[in-house]
Amino acid sequence: MTAFRLPSGGRIDRGRTLRFRFDGRSYTGYPGDTLASALLANGVHLMGRSFKYHRPRGPVSAGAEEPNALVAVGAGARHTPNLRATQVELYDGLSATSQNRWPSLAFDAGAAGGLLAPLLGAGFYYKTFMAPGGAWHRLYEPAIRRAAGLGTVPGGPDPDTYTQRYAHCDVLVVGAGPAGLAAALAASANGARVFLVDEQAECGGGLLAEPEALIEGKAAAAWLAEALAALAARPGVTILPRTTAFGCFAQNFVGLAERLTDHLAAPLPGLARERLWKLRAGRVVLATGAIERPLVFAANDRPGIMLAGAARGYLARWAVKPGTRAVLAVADDSGYAAARDLARAGVAIAAIAELRPHVACETFGLPVRPATAVVGSIGRLRVAAADLRPIGGDSVGGGGVERVPCDLLLMAGGWTPSLHLFSQARGKPVFDAARAMYLPGEHRPGEAPDGLASAGACRGVFGLAACLEDGYAAGEARGGPATGRRFAVSGDLPPAGGFEGLVPGSPARKAFVDFQNDVQAADITQAVREGFRSIEHVKRYTTTGMATDQGKTSNINALAIAAGALGRPMPAVGLTTFRMPYTPVTFGSFAGHARGELFEPVRRTPMHAWAQARGAVFEDVGQWQRAHHFPAPGEAAADAVARECRAVRQRAGLFDASTLGKIEVVGPDAAAFLDRLYTNSWARLAPGRCRYGLMLNEAGFVMDDGVVGRLAADRFHVTTTSSGAAAVLHHMEDYLQTEFSDLRCWLTSVTEQWAVIAVQGPRARAIVAPLVEGVDLAAFAHMSVAECRVAGFPARLFRVSFTGELGFEINVPAGHGQAVWEAVWAQGKAHGLEPYGTEAMHVLRAEKGYIVVGQDTDGTVTPDDLGLSWAIGKAKPDFVGRRSLTRPDMLAEGRMQLVGLLTDAASAPLEEGAQITAAPPRTGMAAIGHVTSAYRSATLGRPIALALLADGRARIGQTVHIPMPGGSLAATVAGPVFHDPEGARLDG
Amino acid sequence: MADLTPADPGPRHILRGPAGGAALGGLIVPDQPCRAAEAGPRAALWLGPDEWLLLGFAAVETPFAVVDVGHRSLGFRLAGPRAAELLAGGVPLDLSPAAFPVGTCTRTIFEKAEIVLWRRAEAAWHIEVARSFAPYLCDMIAAIAAANGIGGQER
Repeated sequence: MTAFRLPSGGRIDRGRTLRFRFDGRSYTGYPGDTLASALLANGVHLMGRSFKYHRPRGPVSAGAEEPNALVAVGAGARHTPNLRATQVELYDGLSATSQNRWPSLAFDAGAAGGLLAPLLGAGFYYKTFMAPGGAWHRLYEPAIRRAAGLGTVPGGPDPDTYTQRYAHCDVLVVGAGPAGLAAALAASANGARVFLVDEQAECGGGLLAEPEALIEGKAAAAWLAEALAALAARPGVTILPRTTAFGCFAQNFVGLAERLTDHLAAPLPGLARERLWKLRAGRVVLATGAIERPLVFAANDRPGIMLAGAARGYLARWAVKPGTRAVLAVADDSGYAAARDLARAGVAIAAIAELRPHVACETFGLPVRPATAVVGSIGRLRVAAADLRPIGGDSVGGGGVERVPCDLLLMAGGWTPSLHLFSQARGKPVFDAARAMYLPGEHRPGEAPDGLASAGACRGVFGLAACLEDGYAAGEARGGPATGRRFAVSGDLPPAGGFEGLVPGSPARKAFVDFQNDVQAADITQAVREGFRSIEHVKRYTTTGMATDQGKTSNINALAIAAGALGRPMPAVGLTTFRMPYTPVTFGSFAGHARGELFEPVRRTPMHAWAQARGAVFEDVGQWQRAHHFPAPGEAAADAVARECRAVRQRAGLFDASTLGKIEVVGPDAAAFLDRLYTNSWARLAPGRCRYGLMLNEAGFVMDDGVVGRLAADRFHVTTTSSGAAAVLHHMEDYLQTEFSDLRCWLTSVTEQWAVIAVQGPRARAIVAPLVEGVDLAAFAHMSVAECRVAGFPARLFRVSFTGELGFEINVPAGHGQAVWEAVWAQGKAHGLEPYGTEAMHVLRAEKGYIVVGQDTDGTVTPDDLGLSWAIGKAKPDFVGRRSLTRPDMLAEGRMQLVGLLTDAASAPLEEGAQITAAPPRTGMAAIGHVTSAYRSATLGRPIALALLADGRARIGQTVHIPMPGGSLAATVAGPVFHDPEGARLDG
Repeated sequence: MADLTPADPGPRHILRGPAGGAALGGLIVPDQPCRAAEAGPRAALWLGPDEWLLLGFAAVETPFAVVDVGHRSLGFRLAGPRAAELLAGGVPLDLSPAAFPVGTCTRTIFEKAEIVLWRRAEAAWHIEVARSFAPYLCDMIAAIAAANGIGGQER
């Protein structure tokens, strides 16, 4: 057994010894230990170095609020920095290292920084490292980062798995201390679904460290065990230890981080390390307790100086004596419970320096000195003595100071209710001046936070009986009769009293307020001297409360010191905002399963496997993967695209157009509906015929286009752009439901119902004809549609072209896509059919001047700008966007119009997005347009481009200039149709 | 445990129009939101005030809009005592029997995939997912099952 472990007691399993390492040295502990309790049992208090001054530090607390004892656990990719040793559960083989020290914890070269301390005061970053320019990034920041780091990042991608889960409950109780347990008991009495969560490994909160108290005649630990058993037996109750409610969001949506395997030496492979719960609760009871406040006096940060309640916890929960000879600095009655427990465990109580002039509570015959402050300490790696001074004694020169030797100095500065979650839920804390604490404010039903109540110490209710009763009342169902349940408690010593600010008679220098960010009382008073008035500014200037602990132990002391320096009451200085997370949450938890292959859904077409087997190179188009080109072995991408284009122009090409958006519009008013949604006229389109449709938004700008086929009088097969499919369906449904609810017509997305196989080129008919049953292809004119069979499968056959060549688009049910594709492929071989990808498709359509919405348009383009006025049904009374087309600027001269650009045949293609100028570009010159599409055309043997150009059609034949990386290029403005302007090739 | 297996419900159609309460193929098209009606191999799932997913109808005789979507989605059966727990890994809805009783159906999401979820029995669910999202859905369900120690996975 280790030196500071008591021979009996504690909530540890002495039947098994665990070996662990800290900074390379081996120690032992027991199951149930935290890293901090096990190290203390071994007499190790020095667990870290401070952030700025590298001062030796030990644990000040026993829980989540710990600012000092930050350690790193694990190695390589599993290296986890900045863990609080007070929360790290011990397991066999655990290996932890201290942080922020070099070369070792006991000898830290950086501690020389302490000598520079007068230079490192508040705002030193802003004042010191100003010049020369650029030196911050090159010199100062890297050096400071190395010297003042908080841990190091892991050595590789996180190898662990993280999972997430949605949950719903009637009542969520946060915190399984006395108030939370009572709330859960009350809330679950009638079978309600109750979640009880606690961040610690064991439920019980303060009950775990109450050796003396009796609840309803039972020892606190026994009552706790019975309460937990009763809760566990109720089917509606879920108890989650090791689970931190880290964020409280709107409408009682609460984020819970459950640690599943960190406490295990050998977790089962594959199981998640953490589970992020996304919980929606009908009601939330916050029973988050209170955090004990340190006292701010000079050198209050040495190892061996800790909170009184923490020392009590180490004794009761882990049977660890945190020292042998203790001095207590007390401003709250709860300090006497710690003194009593320590004395009974054999710790000598050298002195109790009581800040208050009188003590009203039981003092157990211990050596109490009323009206006495601890104003300093000595010691190097461990406190060696405390300096006590009567309040009102000589304030300067050490007069009246008595140095009391000790190896443990405890602080009982009072308790700060934990308002974090209440504040996150938009609750407004109010200041209780009499008790100098912020408490949850009252709120009316319907106001944030609705359905959220605080109970117990987190709303300033202290003492076991009061917490149990408050919790029970908070847990009882709303609207029902309050039972007024009472709990009989004895042996409890409830907190009362408290102090905030710098203790009287102590120097402000080295009197630490925020341990983790090394902020001293002197820094805060300096900030005030320099003109900062609001606590939000003082916080940012001094960095108090901005460390990973978010000021859990420092907040109230900082406020009090700032208020004192300003001569204003505490609430007038303000209260900083509590932000999630309550304690740090891993990135892995937030990512959950959404990483790697599961980061985003990857959508593949029914013919994807065929393209993959052919060696296709794919591109991401939204969530879709589309074949970009099909290179032959060793073939460059540009060569493959050129070959594919030539194949389509000379013979035939095969293209997977399955991602096209498709909407089936059905109903007696379907044509009337399309008349209102598209610029074109649909009423007289005969069944069996198709038309190119142009869709505008209310502003009159082109938002989508596509071919629409009329299958029957009351049925249309509408196609949209691949990327616009969802937006177009929503746009249509929106109008149908809100503006055109008089129309009897309905929409169904059939994008994924149909695989689309495009066969384009002069041989297309010869290839497709043998496979088609039910249509006479000789009489099947351009822009026709028919329901028929292709390769034996039911199909919708379109005769359409996005290449300018004779073309067909075969729609077959998606499950048959690959079979029909292969049938066409087999049929096409003799005709020199080649598959082509999206890049060749783009080149081919650009050669014909066919636009791609979103590439050649940018949301400010009208049909006339594109030369598509012919697509506007002039006789129609109205359509979406029509009115906007008559606005003066839509008709004004100088609008950007779609044109073609021809550069020198030997030049490289222009850059898409490049600006266009009227004269060779020079600084200060305005652009008159931009390039929207640019390719090398194999068919024409030259580069081609489409552009939006001011007054473009009037500039045809003129020369414009395009700045390019290697200098500007001149181009001749042309019409947008480069190839076969008569459209003769559409018929093969 | 929970098992995910492909479920081929045969033909699928979308029925749209004011068809609530109408008799169709031996069942009454449900008028109540998020309810499914079943008759033998056929079922009608309420998806909206004027929209139903019809499963197992060879042909549909109705004056309203019917569209064949037999290949649009794939169906899966998820069954087992831990099926609801597994679904809670990706579905934000309350799936308790009180909030989502047997016979409830709805469009919802599973992580980043849209699905139709139908509770056919206390511990048996039918999931419809758009064809191209099916691999993502199956892989995600398998990953969640493994991470949570829910065995019996099949693809």
